[in-house]
Amino acid sequence: MKDMTKCELLKKISEYQFVTVELNLYLDTHPCDADARNDYLYYSTKLCELIEAYEAQYGPLMNFGHSPTETGCYVCSEWPWD
Amino acid sequence: MWIYQKKLQYPVNISRPNARMAKALMAQYGGPDSELAAACRYLTQRFSMPDNRVKATCNDIGTEEMAHWEMIGTMIHQCMRNASLKEIEEAGLMGYYTMHSKGIFPADPNGVPFTTAYIQCTGDPITDIHEDMAAEQKARATYEHLMTLTDDPALLNPLRFLREREIVHFQRFGECLNILQSCTTAGMTITVPEKDCCCEEKHMD
Repeated sequence: MKDMTKCELLKKISEYQFVTVELNLYLDTHPCDADARNDYLYYSTKLCELIEAYEAQYGPLMNFGHSPTETGCYVCSEWPWD
Repeated sequence: MWIYQKKLQYPVNISRPNARMAKALMAQYGGPDSELAAACRYLTQRFSMPDNRVKATCNDIGTEEMAHWEMIGTMIHQCMRNASLKEIEEAGLMGYYTMHSKGIFPADPNGVPFTTAYIQCTGDPITDIHEDMAAEQKARATYEHLMTLTDDPALLNPLRFLREREIVHFQRFGECLNILQSCTTAGMTITVPEKDCCCEEKHMD
């Protein structure tokens, strides 16, 4: 993860996030599907690792205390619509 | 993007049915000064805000308003869930019940459905922030009216919390107004606010 650029890491986060959103929606209607639950746990863990790695290098992605990092600045880093 | 947290920002536990207050609370669920209007207003105005601090404020207060909308929805739901048809009728909710039963529909206490005509986004940052400050004051006044209508602590406590949030938001938007005004000199329009950023991260990017 260390070798990835900011853009690559963000893309990777988006990919894992998409997988977890999809699995989450599937599990909303199939909460007892053990395979899907395992996949969800696996990708959720990977997603957390990726977010942690991103934030340690480039600063917070989330507001309201969910990104404990001394790196970067929540307010001043680029806003997604800029 | 957003993620959801499966909890309320402040606890709501109303056990006594109260159709009368359910009706009054709809002011803050689907009225012109409702939490829904606030969230829509700030989250859509943020795109045209020229300063990162003002973008962040609109983004984050807009996000917090969604949590408040959820609290109001919870309050109406809990006031309605065990109310009898007689109580619903006595509260003047017969029309509402006919159309929505005990579902939570964004309308004001008079049944007028929510509309985005309640909000504005002029794209003029100073104009929009003034609207936001006014919106916070109108919501604060509405919470005070609501608090005069009940003596149930289960309703009063979350209402008190929400009223205080309006005051804090008003304060923050006031600071945004100062930021925006400091970006304008002698009637010039705001073009260079990002230079005001005080942190080093900008230079690293």
